[in-house]
Amino acid sequence: MPATFMEGNEAIARGALAAGCRFFAGYPITPATTIFQTMLALLPPAGGVCLQGEDEIASIGFCLGASMAGFKAMTATSGPGISLYSEQISFAIGSEIPVVIVDVQRLGPSTGSATRGADGDIQFLRWGNSGGLPVIVLAPVDVRDCFELTMRAFNLAESYRCPVFIASNKEIGMTRESVSLNALPRPAVIDRKAFSGTDRFLPFAADATRKVPGFLPIGGDIPVRQTSSTHGPDGYITTDPDEIAAVQTRLDQKLKASIRRFSYWAQYGPDTAETLIITYGISGRAAKSALARCHRAGAKSVALLVLKTLWPVPADLICNKSANANRILVVEMNLGQYVREIRRLLPDRQVEFIGQMNGRLIHPETIERAVCHG
Amino acid sequence: MDSLINRSRPPVFCPGCTHERVVHALDQTLSRMGLAANRVAIVSDIGCSGLFDTFFNTHAMHGLHGRALTYATGLKMANPGLTVIVTMGDGGLGIGGAHLLAACRRNLDLTLLVLNNFNFGMTGGQSSATTPSDALAASGFLNRLEKPLDVCRLVAAAGAPYAARCSGLDKGLAQEIERAVAFEGFAVLDIWGVCTGRYTKRNRLTPAMIRETIDSMPGGGGAIRENQRPEYAAGYAAARAALAPPQPPVEIKARFKPLVRGRHEVVLMGAAGQRIITAGEILAMAAMGAGLQATQKNEYNITVLRGPSISEVIVADAKIGYTGMETPDIILALAQEGVDRRRRSFANLPPGSLVLCAADVALPDCRAQIRRIDFKKRGIRPADRALASLAMLAASQRIVSTPMLMAALKQRFHGQVLASARKTVQRAVER
Ligand code: SF4
Repeated sequence: MPATFMEGNEAIARGALAAGCRFFAGYPITPATTIFQTMLALLPPAGGVCLQGEDEIASIGFCLGASMAGFKAMTATSGPGISLYSEQISFAIGSEIPVVIVDVQRLGPSTGSATRGADGDIQFLRWGNSGGLPVIVLAPVDVRDCFELTMRAFNLAESYRCPVFIASNKEIGMTRESVSLNALPRPAVIDRKAFSGTDRFLPFAADATRKVPGFLPIGGDIPVRQTSSTHGPDGYITTDPDEIAAVQTRLDQKLKASIRRFSYWAQYGPDTAETLIITYGISGRAAKSALARCHRAGAKSVALLVLKTLWPVPADLICNKSANANRILVVEMNLGQYVREIRRLLPDRQVEFIGQMNGRLIHPETIERAVCHG
Repeated sequence: MDSLINRSRPPVFCPGCTHERVVHALDQTLSRMGLAANRVAIVSDIGCSGLFDTFFNTHAMHGLHGRALTYATGLKMANPGLTVIVTMGDGGLGIGGAHLLAACRRNLDLTLLVLNNFNFGMTGGQSSATTPSDALAASGFLNRLEKPLDVCRLVAAAGAPYAARCSGLDKGLAQEIERAVAFEGFAVLDIWGVCTGRYTKRNRLTPAMIRETIDSMPGGGGAIRENQRPEYAAGYAAARAALAPPQPPVEIKARFKPLVRGRHEVVLMGAAGQRIITAGEILAMAAMGAGLQATQKNEYNITVLRGPSISEVIVADAKIGYTGMETPDIILALAQEGVDRRRRSFANLPPGSLVLCAADVALPDCRAQIRRIDFKKRGIRPADRALASLAMLAASQRIVSTPMLMAALKQRFHGQVLASARKTVQRAVER
């Protein structure tokens, strides 16, 4: 099969187009810039809009406006830009505005190193909003995942009307890889559900099972209200504690209660393994190499779980996959972030952590040594 | 046309607040222009003026402090037919300064109504970007140290094609708003008014004083001749229509039998200007021409024209896991900067590995086989060293063959560039 040589960032842009993205806005920042460049090359000729905002706050603000007009929208940045997105992310969560946000992580804190990778934003993506309501975070491992998970990110953003993050990494975004375009998985495209009732349109009225309000665009036939203020179903500011609580609970539950439907993962090695490596993102590749080394060296009772949905925490998945393991090794390109979740879920198990933050990939040998020699 | 006022949400401003007059004047404007509720979006900013959207039956979007112009821009670009009106106080204007300047430069057809009452009403009367230096505000002495900005002068300097200043207490307010809304392009209307709840409690400001000050100020008369130009969304649509469809990604078919099995790592260590990254890509493409998998990872300084340039290429007959270097098979040592940056790599080179080393590069001690190449003597420029060394590898059947390399060149380059690349390959392998 013919193959192309493509970096993760380009695959994200192509995945976005395949998912029906019609609006992109971004502010140049290494290592995410090539997503903007690719969108600029692909989107306007396809009839869409690609803008370069005056800053990150504007870029995501443009996306929120366009999304409310009914367009599927995406923005991309790195850690310093996510910091600036924060207020708008909270808006998108609380006001149920679908948007896909790519974080091509680089080594922090702060300006850090523009061209060094890390997975240092994993808790930040989850908690970097005011109010603390849940978000969806997907973590690609390679170019193929960048394409597929971007398509899924759009589907989730549209289905649940929420921001969906792609937690990429410089080491994925700017690494090129041979990949066969025709062999890329293309999940069916999902569009946001339009309001279809015959009653008066209430912009934030949702039924108890689906928990997601039907959408109508700003600019359509029926006037639509959107607000960042605490609101009831009618989209007007409210002080009624019951009304407030109902909306907050719904926002919390619409994602948490559905996590099983979008818990993405890959597993390698035997189900019955006594030692389980848990990781995500670029480290999944080193861990896979390490697993092969372990098996070759005779350590057969080792398995690997690569999480591709990080938030909401796929608790059932993690508990099921580790049911037979008495020893868990969590591998992350940071000083210990997601390991907190694993320890929380598996308090009775020995959970070890392997991580580093020095701008370099975790080497398979480091993982192998930890597995085989503790 | 009927009033677009939302009867179920009457304004809640303090008695005498100019904001309320603006609400009614805006409603008159929209009615007079015959705009239906579903053809208008009001995007409101923060503070007391941030309540504006709730008083109308139109489309509405209320977001964060200072960011109203960002949502309005997205809405209007997605739906250029919609009339988008942004309301913002002097507070939002200050915090959203970058968005204001960019909106002026962009010239998208939005109307910005600045409800300028010289202080932050909602938070308790603190000074804003327009508070006079001698005013008494809740920010103590701080506003005495700063100069208030003149909205119309600012936006004119930033490229706004329309900037007008008016009193919110004058009879002609609705007409002023109508002129701004009717203008095709970014129109800023700086509406001066009183905040009875805060500002005028401590500062004297009468309608006559406002009128007098406005009359004495230059600019603010509406359209600015030197800033007239095509509207942004229209310009965007025209530019977009003229674009050629993008080239599809280059697809490489497996036409050759691979020379290698397993995983092989090659590191190109050079300097900026040596086309190291392109050479890495060519090597990968050449291997892909033999059905192999490949990855490429680069390192260079952010000041792209100076310093080391390094490319790590992995080729393998199966899916590549770890994308870092485990044990390089081959190092192309083409410039001192690159070798110095990766000194550590040489210590662990196994005896079977190969270093192709430019004659002017000093290598750290290593166990690899070293082949010295005098590129200068062969008439190969520094910029062609990387490609030339690939040609040498291919000539000795390492990783890729010469036909694989030539096929990759043909896919990557065209015309003159291809011809000169072929020449470099020839020169590299001539005896
Ligand atoms: S505080 Fe000032 S701006 Fe706010 S409603 Fe009262 S008078 Fe108007």
